[in-house]
Amino acid sequence: MRLQYPSNVKIIKLPCTGKVDLIHLLRSFEKGADGVCVVGCMEGACQYTSGNIRARKRVEEAQRILDSIKIGGERVQMFNLSSSEAPQFVKVISELTEKLKEMGPNPIKTAMKRAA
Amino acid sequence: MIVAKRKPIEEIIEEAQAYEKILLVGCNECVTVCEAGGKKEVAVLASALRMHFMNQGKDVKIDEITLERQCDHEYLEELRNQIDQYDVVISLACGVGVQFMAEKYMSMPVLPGVDTCFMGVTEERGVWSERCQGCGSCMLAKTGGICPVSRCAKRLFNGPCGGSTEGHCEIDKNVICGWQLIVDRLTKLDRLSDYEILLPIKDWSTERAGGPRKVVREDVMQ
Repeated sequence: MRLQYPSNVKIIKLPCTGKVDLIHLLRSFEKGADGVCVVGCMEGACQYTSGNIRARKRVEEAQRILDSIKIGGERVQMFNLSSSEAPQFVKVISELTEKLKEMGPNPIKTAMKRAA
Repeated sequence: MIVAKRKPIEEIIEEAQAYEKILLVGCNECVTVCEAGGKKEVAVLASALRMHFMNQGKDVKIDEITLERQCDHEYLEELRNQIDQYDVVISLACGVGVQFMAEKYMSMPVLPGVDTCFMGVTEERGVWSERCQGCGSCMLAKTGGICPVSRCAKRLFNGPCGGSTEGHCEIDKNVICGWQLIVDRLTKLDRLSDYEILLPIKDWSTERAGGPRKVVREDVMQ
């Protein structure tokens, strides 16, 4: 199965989404990412019992913060997929990419370019 | 520990809007444990503020530092040589730390980064609850180690009020009646007879009602 997903998506591998911290999500936007998609295992199937549940809460907190500073909380999303769901991964990542194109670039990226 | 909660970012932004060089100062003690003002929370707030100001097109310098404590001279002194580089400090310590910082650096505006709530415990991660109101004359020996000052909504000293229903307080069905806890504990200790002893009227002059308080211990003074 050689599926194509948008080429602008950069994948960062982690042992578990429980490793994702709030500051990692915020720094991504500070560095200019247009969006962040956290993809964890199915709920109830975390090998570390609750890493994906914790990640979801952190993603929700990141959404609240990004909304409060007018960057847009929708730019960060979490999905639960199993490792055999490559077509579903391509679907969600493509949909998020399209949604981000509609939203426009991360205002921080624009501001950084303006300042440079 | 002193329990605090994070202030809404919008509120901090409003207060900090007028400044261009901001130092965020966290505290490694209580507010780190209650996840309101430690190194991680400082990093999150700094990141959010940086993005906010960038988005506004403002060039604002935001630096971060976390001190061991903000309620002792020696740790606050660590800022002495760098604090003049900034035009405001946002302290994520409890209200004690914010005030001590303000006292020490008189000409520096110091803004609070957290809302200080109470002295309490970590019931579980993410849940903190009040245990002590610092009344200045502890009576836990007489009440089985459960404090009627902090655990009873009415601060009653001789049994529950009529609002205690099935072990819960009338102010909120999720709040356990302090006196229910005391009776349960005295029963466990086989000291229920203590419940019959009338507690005298408490001297509240040692509490906050007596004005700002001070503890002086001459044997350890230098």
